[in-house]
Amino acid sequence: MWTRFRQIFFLVLMMTAVQAAKGQSIRVSPDGTVNTLEQALALADSNDVIRLQEGRYLERNIVIDKPVTIEGERNAVVDAEGEGFVLIVRADNVTLRNFEVQNAGISFMDDNAGILVEEAKGVLIENLTLTDNFFGIYLSKASDSTIRNNTLIASGERETQSGNGIHLWYSKNITIHNNTIKGHRDGIYFEFVEGIAITDNLSEENLRYGQHFMFSDHCTFTGNTFKNNGAGVAVMYTDHVTMTGNRFEHNWGSAAYGLLMKEIRESKVYNNTFENNSVGMYMEASSRNRVKHNDFINNGWALKVMANSMDNQFVQNNFIENSFEVSTNSRQNFNIFTGNYWSRYMGYDLDRDGVGDVPHHPVRLFSVLIEKQPEMLILMRSLLIGMLDTAERIMPVLTPEELIDKKPQMARIQ
Amino acid sequence: MKALTIVSYQWKDLFRDKWLIGYALIYLVLTDALIRFGGGGPKALLSLSNIMLLFVPLVSLIYGVLYLYQSREFVELLLAQPLDRKSLFAGLYGGLTIPLSLAFVVGAGLPLFYTGVWIQTGFGTVATVFGLGIALSLIFVGVGFLFGLKYFDERVKGFGFALVSWLFLAVLYDGLVLLLVSTFSAYPLEKAMIGLSVLNPIDLARIGVLLEFDISALMGYTGAVFNRFFGSYLGFVIALSCLVLWIAVPAWRGLNLFNKKDF
Amino acid sequence: MITIQGLRKKFGSLQVLNDLTLQIPAGQATGIVGPNGSGKTTLIKHLLGLVKPDAGCIEVNGVHLNGSYEYRRHIGYMPQMAQYPENMKVRELIDFIIQMREEEPVFEEELIALFELEKEMQKPLRVLSGGTKQKAGALLALMFDPRILILDEPTAGLDPRSSYQFKQWIKREKDRGKTILLTTHIMSEIEELADHLILLVEGQVRYHGRQSDFIKSNEEQRLEGAVAKILQEVSV
Repeated sequence: MWTRFRQIFFLVLMMTAVQAAKGQSIRVSPDGTVNTLEQALALADSNDVIRLQEGRYLERNIVIDKPVTIEGERNAVVDAEGEGFVLIVRADNVTLRNFEVQNAGISFMDDNAGILVEEAKGVLIENLTLTDNFFGIYLSKASDSTIRNNTLIASGERETQSGNGIHLWYSKNITIHNNTIKGHRDGIYFEFVEGIAITDNLSEENLRYGQHFMFSDHCTFTGNTFKNNGAGVAVMYTDHVTMTGNRFEHNWGSAAYGLLMKEIRESKVYNNTFENNSVGMYMEASSRNRVKHNDFINNGWALKVMANSMDNQFVQNNFIENSFEVSTNSRQNFNIFTGNYWSRYMGYDLDRDGVGDVPHHPVRLFSVLIEKQPEMLILMRSLLIGMLDTAERIMPVLTPEELIDKKPQMARIQ
Repeated sequence: MKALTIVSYQWKDLFRDKWLIGYALIYLVLTDALIRFGGGGPKALLSLSNIMLLFVPLVSLIYGVLYLYQSREFVELLLAQPLDRKSLFAGLYGGLTIPLSLAFVVGAGLPLFYTGVWIQTGFGTVATVFGLGIALSLIFVGVGFLFGLKYFDERVKGFGFALVSWLFLAVLYDGLVLLLVSTFSAYPLEKAMIGLSVLNPIDLARIGVLLEFDISALMGYTGAVFNRFFGSYLGFVIALSCLVLWIAVPAWRGLNLFNKKDF
Repeated sequence: MITIQGLRKKFGSLQVLNDLTLQIPAGQATGIVGPNGSGKTTLIKHLLGLVKPDAGCIEVNGVHLNGSYEYRRHIGYMPQMAQYPENMKVRELIDFIIQMREEEPVFEEELIALFELEKEMQKPLRVLSGGTKQKAGALLALMFDPRILILDEPTAGLDPRSSYQFKQWIKREKDRGKTILLTTHIMSEIEELADHLILLVEGQVRYHGRQSDFIKSNEEQRLEGAVAKILQEVSV
C-alpha cells in the first residue's frame, strides 16, 4: 500500500513537473487585464511564457527572478523613459525574444542597462532591438548564455553620456553572435571574462572602441566587422586570444587603431582584413603572438610595433598600398617578419621562385622622422623624401637594420 | 578671338613637332605599364601622380622657355600686324598650355579609360589628378615664359634659371622645410608648415594628391591638423586660391614684360 | 604723314636714338641712310611698335602710337632678313596672316606670279633660300595694298630679276600715292626710288630734306659720294 501510494505520489509529482516545465502562457497587452510586464511576472510561474502584445509598456526596473520566457509581437516596446534600468534578469534559464527595449536612463552613478543579467546562467537573448539605452545588454557574473541576432542602437554624442553596447563583467562561456551595435561608447566591452566566442557581429560608429576588452583569456573573435569606430578595437592584458576573419576598417583619427594590442601574449591573429585605418595594428608590450595571413590595405600605418614587443611573428600577410608599412620606436628588432607580400617592395626575383631575391625593409626613414617630428608628415611623397628613403634603404643609419623580411613575396598571397 | 586663331596655328605647329606627340606617348606607355605591371588601378594612378608632380613642372618649364625662344620670328611677324600684344601673349600661352595639358590628359587618360581603371578608382580621384596636372602645366609654362622673356637674348641664362627654379621647388624647398622643422622642433609648427606648403605650387599639388591617396595617414596623428585645414571649406578655398594665384601671377607678370618688351 | 618728336632710345648703355625729331611726308618716298648702328632699324621698329621709346612721341596719320595697334593695318612691313616660323608652309603663312588681319588681300595672285612663288607655296619655310623668304616677306607686306610701306633693306638677298621687278612694283605704288619709307645700303636704290632723304648718324638726324638738294649742296654728282663726304666729316 505504502509502496503504491509512493508510486502514485511520484507519478503526480512527475506530471506536475512536466506541467510546470511546459509552462503556461500569459498574454500582456496595453488594453488587456494584464497590461504591464510587472503584473505578468508576478502572475507567472517558472517556465511560463509571457507574450507581449503590440504596444508600448512604460515600465522600468522590471526584475525577472524566475526562469520565464518573454516573447514579443511586432512593435512590442518596453520603455523606461530615460530613468533606471529596463529589465533586470536575476534568474537562470530566462529567454528574451522579439521585442524592443528602450531608454534605459543615462546616469553618472549607475550603469543603467536595457537588459541587466546578474549572476545567472542559461540566459538566451535574441532578436531584440535595443534603442537609446545608456548601456545595452549588461552581463555581470553570468555564464553559459547566448546573445544573438540583436540590434543595439544608441545615439550618444559624448562618451560620458553613452554606455557600452554589450558589456560583460566576470562572465564565462558566453556566445555573442550576429548582433549589430551602433552608436554606443564601446560596442562590445569585456573585463575579467573567459571562454567567450564572438562571431559575426557588426560593431560600427561607436564613440570609442568597437570592441574593448581586458583581462579576458581564451576568447575567440571570428568574422566580426569593426567599422568607423572612434578608436577602433582595443585588446589588453590578455593571453590566448584568437582573432580570425575579422574586418577592421575605417577607423580614422589621431588615436584610432584598427586593432590595438597591449600586453597580449600567445595569441593568434589570422585571416583578418585591416583596411583604411589610420593605424592598422598597434602592438605594445606584447609577445609570442602570431600574425598570419592578414590583409593590410590602404592604412596610414599598417603596423606600429613598439620595441617592448618581442617574439611576435608576422608571416604571410599582405601589405598593400599603405602609406607606411611598419613603424617602430627603436633601432632594435625582436620580432620576425617573413614571407609577407609588400606592395612597396622594389626588389626582383631572378630565380622566379616567387620570393624576392633581396630582403625588404618595411621601415622607411620617413616613418622614423615622422615618429620624431610628426609635422613632417606634410612632406610625404616629396621627391626629397623619396631620395632620403632610397639612400637609407641602401645604407641604413636610422632605421632598424634587423627589421627585414628576407622572403618577401612577389605576388599577393591568396 | 585673334588669340584663338593664334592658338589654332600654334596647335598645328606643335603637332608637327614630334616632341609633343612624344610627350603624350611617354605618359601613355608609362600609365599603361603602371596599370599592367604595377599592381592595379589605384596604385597605378598614385604612381602616375608621383611622376606627374615632378615631370609636368619640369617639362612645362623647359618647354615654356624653349617655346618662347623659338617663337621669336613668329612674334615679330605678328607684331607688325594689326594685333595687340595682349592677344598675342594669350595666343602664345594658350597655344602651348592647351596642347601640353591635353598631351598629359590624353596620354595618361587613355590607358585609364581603356582598362576601366577610371571607374575602379572613381571619377573624382582621376579628375583631381588631371586637374592638378593641368594646373601645374599652366603654372610652369607661365614661369617658363617669365624666364624666357626676362632673358630673351641670353638663352643659356633663361634655361639655367628655369632648371634651378624647378630644382628649388621640387627638392630644395622641401629640404629647407625639413631643416626648419628639425631646427624649431620645440615649437608647434603645423600652421607654419601649412603656410609654407601653399607657397610652393608643387607642394600644393602634392598635398592634393595626399588628400586623395593617403587620407588614412592624414587622419591620424598630426596629419589630422593638415587634414582638418585642407579638408575644410576655408582650407580648400585657400589652397585653390593659391593655385589660381600661382597660375595668374607668373602669367600676368609675363604679360607685363611682354607688353614692355622690345623685339 | 608720320611725325616723330624727341624720340630717345637706349639699349643698355648704348644711346641708339638721341632726341630724334622728324616728319615723313605722306604720299612720297623717303630713304633712310646712315652707317651701321646709326639707328635705322631701331627707328623703323619704333614706327611698328616693336620697340617702345624711352621718351618722345610718334604719330602715324594723326594716331598717337602709344599702345595702339589698329594703325598697323595701314602699314606693310618688310623686315631686314625676314625670318618666319620654320615649320609653316608658305601657303599656311599667307592664310594665317589673312586670317589674323581679317582682311582680303588685293594683290595676292599678282605678287605670287611676279615672284614665281607658285612652286614654293607648299614648302615649309625652313627649306626656303634667303631670297625666297625675302620674296615671301615682300608678298606679305604688299598684298593687302596698305597706304604706308616700310621696307628695311628689301632687296638684300633678291636675285637681280626679282630685285628689278620688286623695284618696279614699288615705283608703281609710289605713283599710286603711297607713303614709302626705305632703308638700304645701296645708294642707287635711294636715288632710284626716293624723293626725300634722311641721313642718320649716331641716332641723330644729320640731314633731312629733298635728295636732290642734298647732292647739290655737297657739290657731288651722286648720292653715294655726298653721303660718303658727310660721313668722312663726321668721323674726323
